[in-house]
Amino acid sequence: MSHLIEANLIEAKRLYRYFGKHCVVKDVSFTLSRGEVLGFLGPNGAGKTTTLQMLCGLLAPDSGEISINGINLLTQAKLAKQSLGYLPDTPPLYKDLTVQEFLRYCGRLHGLAKDHIPRAIAQTQERCGLQEVTHKLIGHLSKGFQQRLGIALAILHNPDVVILDEPTVGLDPLQIREIRALIRELGQDHGVILSTHILSEVQDACTHVQIIHQGQLVLHESVAGLNRHLDTGLLQVTTRLAPDLAVLAAISGITRIDTVADTQLHIHYRVSDNPTQRLTETVIANGWGLQELTPVKQSMEDIFVSLTKETPTQDKPS
Amino acid sequence: MIITIACREFKTLFLSPVAWSILAVLQFILAYLFLKQVETFMILQPKLAEIPNSPGLTDIVVPPLFGNAAIILLLVAPLLTMRLIAEERRNKTLPLLLSAPISNTEIIIGKFLGCLGLLAMVVGLVTVMPLSLLLGGDLDFGKLSANVLALLMLVAALTSAGLYLSCISQHPIVAGIGSFGLLLVLWLLDTSSQMRDQRNELLEYLSLLRHFQNLQSGLLNSVDVVYFLLFIGGFVFLSIRSLDKLRFQK
Repeated sequence: MSHLIEANLIEAKRLYRYFGKHCVVKDVSFTLSRGEVLGFLGPNGAGKTTTLQMLCGLLAPDSGEISINGINLLTQAKLAKQSLGYLPDTPPLYKDLTVQEFLRYCGRLHGLAKDHIPRAIAQTQERCGLQEVTHKLIGHLSKGFQQRLGIALAILHNPDVVILDEPTVGLDPLQIREIRALIRELGQDHGVILSTHILSEVQDACTHVQIIHQGQLVLHESVAGLNRHLDTGLLQVTTRLAPDLAVLAAISGITRIDTVADTQLHIHYRVSDNPTQRLTETVIANGWGLQELTPVKQSMEDIFVSLTKETPTQDKPS
Repeated sequence: MIITIACREFKTLFLSPVAWSILAVLQFILAYLFLKQVETFMILQPKLAEIPNSPGLTDIVVPPLFGNAAIILLLVAPLLTMRLIAEERRNKTLPLLLSAPISNTEIIIGKFLGCLGLLAMVVGLVTVMPLSLLLGGDLDFGKLSANVLALLMLVAALTSAGLYLSCISQHPIVAGIGSFGLLLVLWLLDTSSQMRDQRNELLEYLSLLRHFQNLQSGLLNSVDVVYFLLFIGGFVFLSIRSLDKLRFQK
């Protein structure tokens, strides 16, 4: 309950943003407290990047209010941005500079004292695994290193709020694990917002999740709460003979059956009432010849289907 | 913070061959023009000696040299200014500056000073040439400094106009062509009014060339100085506004 007493690091109220006549962000409100890692989840074009850009002062909202650390971003931009570290979807790197030169410049831009900069750089390089490329030109770095450097520039000045737009894009699985660990570590004494379209990233690195769909917040929950919401699973079933769909649909726990081919089915089911065993028994009892039974990983689409079905009250009419 | 950005801008120019090649080419052309003026003086010298109150060494060498330098810088400045903001937007590096705790005024003035630094260096190198004449002759320092001031003012004006066009265009090349066109029109406004054999006060006032030549002649008229200051201030202000406007893009 301690975070209730402390002021919110980010407070966004009723944000709207139009591009032309198209409304990209619609009535988005949320808060972020210290110690939270908030995952911003949504399919491409859902308005994630636009929302993050508004939080960083890159775009002005058409209406609504944003305050960072209690300071209004729209009226006192310079002061508010002091507690902000931002990694855009494309890391803003000057390709002609070396890593060292670039980080020093970033430190100066964020107002770090001159004698404090070398220590901050050394610390950040260690956190992001950049020691081996200190004197390399940024243009010569691999995509993975450039992405890490992008994260480094967001956390160099030790800001209260770290905003990362798709931080793990272009990294290999090992690096992704390291970065997620780093994000969790940052979340302990900062407030972190990260946007992603990968569900497992949110479950792995975040404490809270916020799902945005067509510019509107569909869900704001803790990760534990999200897992409760995710009550649909998908099985891919292949049989030797074409099964009778009516018999399968009658099994309790199965919500929907999509036919891929005559003998191949996609079966949606409720995780809380897992029908796998009953399904197997039915297929074998009827002699359809079970050849394949594979659980398929959940896609964003499944989540939206399940969320909009189960939480109609959260989906405000536009 | 302004100084941080200006230094970065200035140093970045020297990281690529851009600054070096511009300095080398300009120095070569201007040295040739300088030597030609010196030679003209050598030819004219015997005749000049006979005329009382005749123009001296400074009058024959310095104004033509600085006049030519002005025209060449008019061609070169857009090449330098075009990338200031447009390239950052294109490479998507602008968010670094925009999300840092810096005001847009600081960004623009920093960029302006950084680019002006290189052009001021060119002016410095041009000034060194006539100074070398001190080895064997005398110079009128009043006139020389009037010329240096005129060229510095002009260069600052070229930079500010180029900076504004770099702010409003998406592509550096477009910014380059735009600022080149704008500057050339401002340069030539004056000649069009002379052609028809009638004076147009407004066009004359707007012309860059006229004010530049007034300053060059050694006549430090406040009208000309104020013209340049307004020109520079106006375009810097417009640049700041257009950077502000990016936040409201549709």
